[in-house]
Amino acid sequence: MKSPVPSFDEQHVLHELKHYLPEQAALKDFIHQNTLHAFQNLKFHEAVRTASQMFGYKVSLSLDEFRALYKSQKIRADILEKIISDKKGTERVSEWKEKILSKKYDTAAFSRIGSLRANWKREYHIDLDSMVHPILFRILCSYLDQGISIWTFPVKEKSLLSAIREMERNTFASIFRKQRARDLLLKSSCEINDLLKILVGDESLYKQYLFDQQFAHQGWSGIASAIEALPDMLLDRRKITVHDLIVFELLLEIDSLDYQFVKGWEPLGNKLKSKPEDLFAEVPETELSEVFSIWQEAYDWSYYDEVLAGISLGGTEKAEVPAKTFQAMFCIDDRECSFRRYLEKTDPSCETFGTPGFFSVEFFFQPEDGKFYTKLCPAPVTPKYLIKEMESTSKREKDLYFSKHSHSFYSGWLISQTLGFWSAVKLFVNIFRPSMSPATASSFRHMDKYSKLTIENKSLADRENDLQVGFTVEEMANRAESLLRSIGLVKDFAPIVYLVGHGSSSVNNPHYAAYDCGACSGRAGSVNSRTMCFMANHPAVREILKSRGIIIPSTTQFVGALHDTSRDEVMFFDENSLSPQNLQNHNKNEVVFYNALDLNSKERARRFELIDSHLNPEKTHEKVKMRSVSLFEPRPELNHATNALCIVGRRGLTKHLFLDRRAFLNSYDYSIDPEGNLLFGIMKPLGPVCGGINLEYFFSRVDNYKLGAGTKLPHNVMGLIGVANGIDGDLRPGLPSQMIEVHDPVRLLIIVEHFPEVVLRTIQKQAETYEWFINEWVNLVAMNPETRDFFHFKDGGFTPYIPLKQHIEIITDLTPILEAEEDNIPVLLLP
Amino acid sequence: MTSFLHLFILLPLAGFILSVLAPKKEALLSQIAFGTVGLHLLSTIIFLGYWLLHGYPTLDLKDIVLFRTIDYEFFIDFSFDMITATYLFVGAFLTFLVTIYSRYYLHRESGYKRFFNTILFFYLGYNIIIFAGNLETLFIGWEMLGISSFLLIAFYRDRYLPVKNAVKVFSIYRIGDVGLILTMWMSHHLFHENITFLKLNNYELVHEHLLTHSWIGVFISLMILITAAAKSAQLPFSSWLPRAMEGPTPSTAIFYGSLAVHLGVFLLLRTFPFWEQQFSVRILIGALGLATTLITTGIARVQSSIKSQIAYASIAQIGLIFVEVAAGFQTLALIHFAGNAFLRTYQLLVSPSVVSYLIREQFYNFSPRERSIESSFPKKIQNGLYILCVKEWNLDSSMYRYLWNPLKWVGNKLDFLTLNRVVIFFIPAYLLGIFILYNEEMISPGVERYLPFVFSFIGLVMVLKSFTERKLARMSWTLVMMNHFWIALAISFNEHFTYEHTMLYLSGVVVAGILGFLCLRRLKSFENNIDLDQFHGHSHEHPKIALVFLLSCLGLAGFPITPTFIGEDLIFSHIHENQPILAFFISLSFILDGLAIIRIYARVFLGPHVKSIYDMAYRSS
Repeated sequence: MKSPVPSFDEQHVLHELKHYLPEQAALKDFIHQNTLHAFQNLKFHEAVRTASQMFGYKVSLSLDEFRALYKSQKIRADILEKIISDKKGTERVSEWKEKILSKKYDTAAFSRIGSLRANWKREYHIDLDSMVHPILFRILCSYLDQGISIWTFPVKEKSLLSAIREMERNTFASIFRKQRARDLLLKSSCEINDLLKILVGDESLYKQYLFDQQFAHQGWSGIASAIEALPDMLLDRRKITVHDLIVFELLLEIDSLDYQFVKGWEPLGNKLKSKPEDLFAEVPETELSEVFSIWQEAYDWSYYDEVLAGISLGGTEKAEVPAKTFQAMFCIDDRECSFRRYLEKTDPSCETFGTPGFFSVEFFFQPEDGKFYTKLCPAPVTPKYLIKEMESTSKREKDLYFSKHSHSFYSGWLISQTLGFWSAVKLFVNIFRPSMSPATASSFRHMDKYSKLTIENKSLADRENDLQVGFTVEEMANRAESLLRSIGLVKDFAPIVYLVGHGSSSVNNPHYAAYDCGACSGRAGSVNSRTMCFMANHPAVREILKSRGIIIPSTTQFVGALHDTSRDEVMFFDENSLSPQNLQNHNKNEVVFYNALDLNSKERARRFELIDSHLNPEKTHEKVKMRSVSLFEPRPELNHATNALCIVGRRGLTKHLFLDRRAFLNSYDYSIDPEGNLLFGIMKPLGPVCGGINLEYFFSRVDNYKLGAGTKLPHNVMGLIGVANGIDGDLRPGLPSQMIEVHDPVRLLIIVEHFPEVVLRTIQKQAETYEWFINEWVNLVAMNPETRDFFHFKDGGFTPYIPLKQHIEIITDLTPILEAEEDNIPVLLLP
Repeated sequence: MTSFLHLFILLPLAGFILSVLAPKKEALLSQIAFGTVGLHLLSTIIFLGYWLLHGYPTLDLKDIVLFRTIDYEFFIDFSFDMITATYLFVGAFLTFLVTIYSRYYLHRESGYKRFFNTILFFYLGYNIIIFAGNLETLFIGWEMLGISSFLLIAFYRDRYLPVKNAVKVFSIYRIGDVGLILTMWMSHHLFHENITFLKLNNYELVHEHLLTHSWIGVFISLMILITAAAKSAQLPFSSWLPRAMEGPTPSTAIFYGSLAVHLGVFLLLRTFPFWEQQFSVRILIGALGLATTLITTGIARVQSSIKSQIAYASIAQIGLIFVEVAAGFQTLALIHFAGNAFLRTYQLLVSPSVVSYLIREQFYNFSPRERSIESSFPKKIQNGLYILCVKEWNLDSSMYRYLWNPLKWVGNKLDFLTLNRVVIFFIPAYLLGIFILYNEEMISPGVERYLPFVFSFIGLVMVLKSFTERKLARMSWTLVMMNHFWIALAISFNEHFTYEHTMLYLSGVVVAGILGFLCLRRLKSFENNIDLDQFHGHSHEHPKIALVFLLSCLGLAGFPITPTFIGEDLIFSHIHENQPILAFFISLSFILDGLAIIRIYARVFLGPHVKSIYDMAYRSS
C-alpha cells in the first residue's frame, strides 16, 4: 500500500496559481476590476484579512489615517458608535471605542508568501532572484513585445518554451551558463515535477515553492496568465502559458545554482530547518482585524448616511418638465454626473439619462485601414457583429521621434544631427504651448467624424471572419427597445435626443485606456452612440418599436455625440441629417452644451492645484484643455477618483443633490418594470463594472506599492504591454499613485429605487451577481419608491435604515465652495 | 569678458544653496530652480552673443590658489572656448526646459525638494566641468556629478532596485574618478605643474615633454580614455547607462539622455591637443568608439523596453562621436553631441506616449511577416547574436565576474580579521610604523625602500575588508579611516615632505571619520541592528542622521568639501612616476574606499525599511 504522501497535482496547482495572479490585461485593453478578485468567494473583511496575511498586502488605511479622519470628523462619532453597537452590542461600545481610538497595536505586516524560497538566501547565501529575474524578464518581454524592439524575437510562432528550445538548438551563444539546464531543456520533456525534484526535492513543498516563485514577480506572471486566458489581447499573438514560464524559470534557477556552486548543491528541501507556515491555512480574526473592519464600515457609512439623508430630504415634488428642449443620454460614468447637472442648470427644460456607455449595442469595430477589430461593448460580452468604417477622410499623422531609425547607428547619425535639433524646438514649443500631436491619445481620433458606418446589414450572407456585418432591422429594434426601456424613456420624447458617449485625451499616459469608456472595453464611445442613433432614427425600426408600444414622434431625431472628459469638449455626429427645424434647435442646444462644459471644467479644476480656481469658466476651460495635452502633466484628469456611489433610479432621486462627481448614475423607472425584469440586466454589470472600478481604486489607494503601480514618474514602458520601474523591474499592474491620491477608499454603495423584495429577487437570480452583494464587496440599499424608506441589504436580507443625519445644508451658489475647497465636498442640497 | 566666467558658476551655486535652505514648499522651490536656470540661460545667450561678436577668443581665468608649496600648486582655473560654448548652450537650454517640465511633473511627489536640490547640484557640477581650465577644477565637478548621479538614481530610495543600481553605477563612476586622479598624478610628473588646458594647446610644450617621456604620454592618454569611456558608457562599461534610468523621467532624460553621458566626449575634446600626436592612442579611441557603436547598436535593436532602447541607441551615437573626435573632426563632434543630446532628451520625455502611438501604428500597419535585416543571417548566427544582445554581451555580469567578485573573494579571505584583531594587531603596528618614521636611522635604506609598499598594502587590506564586511557597519567605517592613515604613513616613507601635507590629507578624514562614526553609533543606539547584510532604509525615520552621515561619507571619500580633497592629489604627487605598483595600491584603495563608504550609506540608510509598518514595495518592482 502507498503511504498517504501529499502529492503534487500540477494541473490543479497551475489552475490555482492563475486564480490568484493579477488579472490585468495589456495596457491597450486596460479595464478596471477588483484587484482581489481571487478572494471574492469570501466576505469582504475575511477576504482582505486573508489576502493580507498570504501576500503581505495592505488592505485598508492605516490606524493613524483612520484616527485622523475621525478627528477631522470625516468619520462621524455617531456612525462609529452605531457600527460598534451593531457588531458588539450597546454595552461594549465604550470598551471598543477605547480600543479603536487610542489603543496601541503592533501593525507590522507579515506575509506568508516567499517564506519557503527565502531559505535560498538563508541557508545557501545565494540571491537567486537577482540572478534569475533580469534575464527572465528580458526574455519574456522580448518574446511578448508588441512593437518596441526593432530586431524581434527570432521564433515568435511557437510557444515560449518551444521557441527557446528551437533557438538553443541552433546557436553559438546560450541563455544558460552551464550545460545541465540546457541539456534538460533540449533533451528532456521538462516536466515541472522533475525540475522541482532537482530544486526542492520534497514533494510536499512543491506547491508553495511555485507560489513563492511566481509571486516574486506577480506582474510578469500575471500578464502571462492573462494572455494565456485571452490570447487576442495581443494584436501580435503569442502562445504563452504560465506553465512555460514556470519551466523556464525553474531551468534558470537550476542553471544559476549550478553556476554558483560548482561543486554541486542539494535540493532546498534537504537543508530546510523547519517547514514554513502553510500559505493557505485559515487566517483567524484578531482584535486588530476587527478594529480595522469597524473603522472601514464607519468610514463607509459616514459617507453613505449623508447621501441617504440627502436623498430623503428633498426631491419629493414631481419635477415634471412640460415641454422638453432636448433629452440627452450619458454613460453612467461618475465623470458625467456633474456635466449633466450643469446641462440641467443651463437649460432647466432639458432632461438627462444615464446608461452604460455602449448604449446597448455590442459589436466589433474596424476603422478604415485597420488591420484588426476593436471590441466596443463590455469586456465579458463577445459580439457577433462587425461595423466597419468607410470613407474616412482623416489622415494618421506620423511622429518621426518614435521612428526606430534613430536607433540604428547610420541613420541615427543622420537623424541626431538633423531631427535632433528640431526636437529642441519641439520640446520648447511643447513646454510653452502644449497642443495635440500624433503622440497624444485622442478620443476624437477613435472614429472619423465624417466617415460612414456599415450599421445596417445588407444580407445575412454578408459576413466577415464569422461576424455578421451590421445589424438587421429586427436586431436594431431589439437593441433600441432595450435601451429605451431600461432607462424609462418610453414616452414624452423631446425633438432631439442626444446620445453622448465619452472618451478621454491624454499624452504621455500609458494607462490611457483606463481613462476611456469601460463599457466600451476601454475605448471611446463615439461609434456606439452613432450606431444607436442610426438605429433609433431608422423608420423601419420605429415601426417595430411602435408595434411594441414605444411611439417616437417622427419629429424626434437622435443625435450621436462624444464627450471628451479630460478636455471637456463635445463632438456631434451626423448633424446634417437633422431636419431644418431640429437643426435650429440643435444650434441652440449646442450653446447650452458649450456653456455647461465650461462650467464643468471649472468644477473639475478645483482639484487641480496648478490652475487658479478663481478664473472664469471660459479661461479655466482653456487651461484644462491645455493641461490634457501637456507632456509634463501626469494627471490629465482625475478619472474615477473619489467614486463611491451608484444610483439606479429616476433622475428625480438625485437632481436636487450635489454629489461631487462621486456617483455612477443609471436611469431606471421602476414603474414600467414592476416585476424587475429589466432590473436584472441593469444590476448584473454593476458589480463587475462599477464595483470593479471602485475596488481597483480602493486597493491601489490603500497599498499603492504592492497593489497599485506606484508613482508613474519613473515608469518605463515594457513591450507596449505594461509598465515597470527601471529596466529590470517587475511589471506593475494596478493604478499609479497619480490616479488614486485623492481617492477616499470607501466601498461602493449601490442605491436602487425599487421595492426591497424585487431587488432581492433580482440579485439572487445569478450566483456570481449575488456574490458581490452577499459578500459585501459592494453595499446595497433599496429605496421603496412609494414610501421613500431605505432598506439595507445585509446577510441575505433587507433591514430598514433611517439616516442618522437630519440636516443637510442647502446651497444656492456653488461657486464659492468650488473655488475654496480642494478636498471632497459633503453632500449638499441644491435649490 | 573673462571675469564674467564666474557668473556661470556662482549662479547655480547660489541657486543650489538657496534651494537647500528653502523650506519644503513646492512653489518656492520651483521658483528658485526656475529662477536659477532661467537666469543662467539668459546670461548664456547674452554672453554667447557678445563673445561671438568679439571674434570668439579663447578665455582663461586663473582663479584662487587653494594650496601652494615650492613645487606644487593647486589652483582653480576656468576657461572658455568653442567646446565650452557648445556644452554651455546645450546644457543651459535643456536644463531650463527640463526644470520647467519637472515643476509640474513632480507636483505632489514626496521628494520634490530633494529632486531640485540634486538637479541644481548636478547643474553646478556640470558647469564646473565645462568651464574647468585645468584637470583639478574639472575633477571637482566630476565628483559632484558622480554624487548627484548616485542621489538621482536612488531617488526612490525606499525601493530595492534603484538603490542597488545607484551603487552599481557609482562603482563604475568611481573607476573613472580614479582614472582622473591618475591622469593628474602623471601629468604633474610630466609637466611639473598643474597644467592648464590652455597650455596643452601649446604644441611645442607638449611635444617637448612627450618626446622624452613617451610612455608617460601613453599612460595619461589611457587614463583619460578610461575616464571618458566610463562616463560616456563606452565598452566595457556600457551596461550602467540603462540601469541608471530609475529616477523620474525628466531627470533620466537630462542626465543619462543628454548631459552627463556626453561628458566623456567633453573630456576627450578638452584633452585632444595632448594626445593629438599620439597616433596609436587616436586609433585606440576610434576603435573603442567604433566597437561600442557596433555592439550597442545590436543591443539597442533587441531592447523591448523603451528607455533601455533609447539608452543603447544613445551609447551607439556617442561611440560614433568618439570616432569623430579621434579623427580630429571637432566641429562635427560638437554638432553631433548637441543633436544627440536634444534628440534623446526629447525621446525620453515623450517615451510614455510610445504605447498609444505604436499600438495605433500596429493596429493600422501590422504585417505578421515583417522581419528585420537580421532574419537573413544564417539561423545559428541569428539566434546566437540575438541571445548575446539580449544578454547585453554579458557586459553587466562581467563587471561582477572580473572586477568586483575577485575583490570580494579576496575580502572574504580576510574573515579572520575581527574587530578585536584589527585593534590588537594594527594599532601597535601603526604605532611602530610611526616610530620608525621618526627614527629612520634604525633601519637600513634597503628595507626602507619597501616600506611604502608594505604599508600601502596593509591599507589596501583594510579597505578590502571594509568593502566585504557583512556585519559591522562601524568596523567597516573605521577600516576605511585606517586605510587613509596607512596610506599617509606609506607616502611619508616614500618622500620626505612637510608634516603639513599629511595633516592636510588627514584632517578631513579625521573630522569626517569621527562624525560618521558618531552618526552610526547614535543610530545604533536607536535601532540596535544596522548590520550590513541587508538594506535598512533608516533615512525614513532618521533623515537628519542620514544627511549628516552622507556629508561624512563625502568627506571621508575625499569629496571637495574638506582639505582631504587637495590632500589626495598632493599624496599622489609624492608617488614617483616609476612606482606604478604603489600608485596601483593607492588608487585601488581610493576606488574601494568610495565603494565601501557608499555601500555603508546605502545599506544603512537606503532601501526598503526594515520595519514592515511602512508601505513597502516588492523587491522585484
